[in-house]
Amino acid sequence: MRGAFFSALLELAEKDERVNLVVGDLGFGVVEEFALRFPKRFLNAGVAEQNMTGIAAGMALSGKIVFTYSIANFPILRCLEQVRNDVCYHNANVKIVAVGGGLAYGALGATHHATEDLAILRSLPQMVVVAPGDPLEAEAATRAVAAHAGPCYLRLGRAGEAKVHRTQIDFVLGKAIEMHEGREATLISTGGMLGTAMQVADLLSDAGVHTRLLSMHTVRPLDTEAIESAVRETGAVFTLEEHSVVGGLGGAVAEFLAENWEAPVVFKRFGLPSEFSCFLGSQEYMRARHGLSAEAIALGIRAKMEKAQSLTAVAKV
Amino acid sequence: MTETSLRLGESAALARHIRVQTARMIHRAKSSHLGSSYSMADLLAVLYGRILRIDPKQPEAAERDRFVLSKGHACAALYAVLAERGFFPKEWLEDFYQDGARLAGHATHLGVPGVEVSTGSLGHGLPIACGMALAGKRDGCGYRVFAMLSDGECDEGSTWEAALFAGHHGLDNLIAIVDYNKIQSLGTVNEVLNLEPFAEKWRAFGWGVQEIDGHDFARIEQTLASVPVVANKPTCVVAHTVKGKGVSFMENKVLWHYRSPDREEMSKAMVELGAEE
Repeated sequence: MRGAFFSALLELAEKDERVNLVVGDLGFGVVEEFALRFPKRFLNAGVAEQNMTGIAAGMALSGKIVFTYSIANFPILRCLEQVRNDVCYHNANVKIVAVGGGLAYGALGATHHATEDLAILRSLPQMVVVAPGDPLEAEAATRAVAAHAGPCYLRLGRAGEAKVHRTQIDFVLGKAIEMHEGREATLISTGGMLGTAMQVADLLSDAGVHTRLLSMHTVRPLDTEAIESAVRETGAVFTLEEHSVVGGLGGAVAEFLAENWEAPVVFKRFGLPSEFSCFLGSQEYMRARHGLSAEAIALGIRAKMEKAQSLTAVAKV
Repeated sequence: MTETSLRLGESAALARHIRVQTARMIHRAKSSHLGSSYSMADLLAVLYGRILRIDPKQPEAAERDRFVLSKGHACAALYAVLAERGFFPKEWLEDFYQDGARLAGHATHLGVPGVEVSTGSLGHGLPIACGMALAGKRDGCGYRVFAMLSDGECDEGSTWEAALFAGHHGLDNLIAIVDYNKIQSLGTVNEVLNLEPFAEKWRAFGWGVQEIDGHDFARIEQTLASVPVVANKPTCVVAHTVKGKGVSFMENKVLWHYRSPDREEMSKAMVELGAEE
């Protein structure tokens, strides 16, 4: 996703001289091309994220489209009040880009696990929160956030993920992409879990549970129409994210369903427990240790659906 | 920009007007920060009367000078001078900080012409001002960016991140004015977190520094009219000021960071300022 982001950013910068890149002294080996081609629109603000974010707001208030870039929690949590007040309150045209969303830096320890970012960022007024599912979505998302006038948060995975989409995509902020048709359950995935989600949908379909898969690349604004159709047409909704189960995609969908859907819904959030991980390791290892392998998720969905069916049967008796 | 500056010698009258209006606003609203407003009133009067290239009729003109009130808690004085200069109707001052008001108790840009940036949490103004100054230089625009800081907010790390940045990048279109009244929320700066040697800190961060008496109109004007004080460097004006300046019983008192004047104190203050209550 990182490569897709930079390739789209270079194209954007070529076409629009308002585009600036401000980094927090991170991005070795990937920011150099932008710096070389657009030296007057590149800035290394140093290891100072609060200042970086304030500067970005000041530049945006002077007519620029400013991308800030760093890893994991650094461009959002270290400077959260600058994000809230300087960027969001002023509706400044700042795009915050974090590489390493979720457990991409699993082996680096909990300081580098970005596992609450979606919850925190989606609670900020004005903020658009985007977590692309694969490199194609990352590239399209980069263009989309640049075209959106106002604050955006772009949560990227790491470098070198496989493409999940097999064809060109129609990417619109706030509109989910249907990856897989199904009538018995809906799995809604955000961010880098999309590849796993495809495997889950296949496993479930093989087991006879025809599962709709939505790539919910935009967590805010949430595509509530897609969620409504999902619950109306499939009756069971499951969310999947490499993020705490508190407040992220699962939280957003739960909030919507609890207030807007009168009939009972079979629902479960798949994500990380709200605790600091006691494991260290690669992203794949970390996902598996936290129950986010395709097999574990598919089993969890089947168990939940079977339990719901048995309860319905009991109620009928 | 349309030239709407005051004539030489009129800054004192504008400063007195700021103090009178600010006291009325804070008294009516039963709000705080009169002492913080008064210590910078003379600086504001010179800025808005003599220095800033601004046009109240075009508050968002691209080439305008920017003024960032980083010490957003002292916004009553800013609103008073903006209203006096015609950025918005003076009636707006009347319900400052009250139910349904346009003007909040900390500097708010939303719907308030002339307020560049909303502040209130300290340590935010200088980084934003740096971004504006950098954008101006990159675009070849001649505007200057003035940021008014409190001494207390120089406790904030973000202020020093910005100071390091501005010095490194030689932002000579950036002017930080520190309203050094030496009293912060709970005590004197010396007691809470000593800033000295203060001017030397800014110099060490790559700034041109001028220490002045922040109540000497001629000196303020002479300094602000000759920025950058050192070529190719951002300017820091360390303005030695008196908290509550202008009303004898408020001067140099921690109490007047928060106290709102009651009716009797208002009467006394207005007499000292030569105004009707």
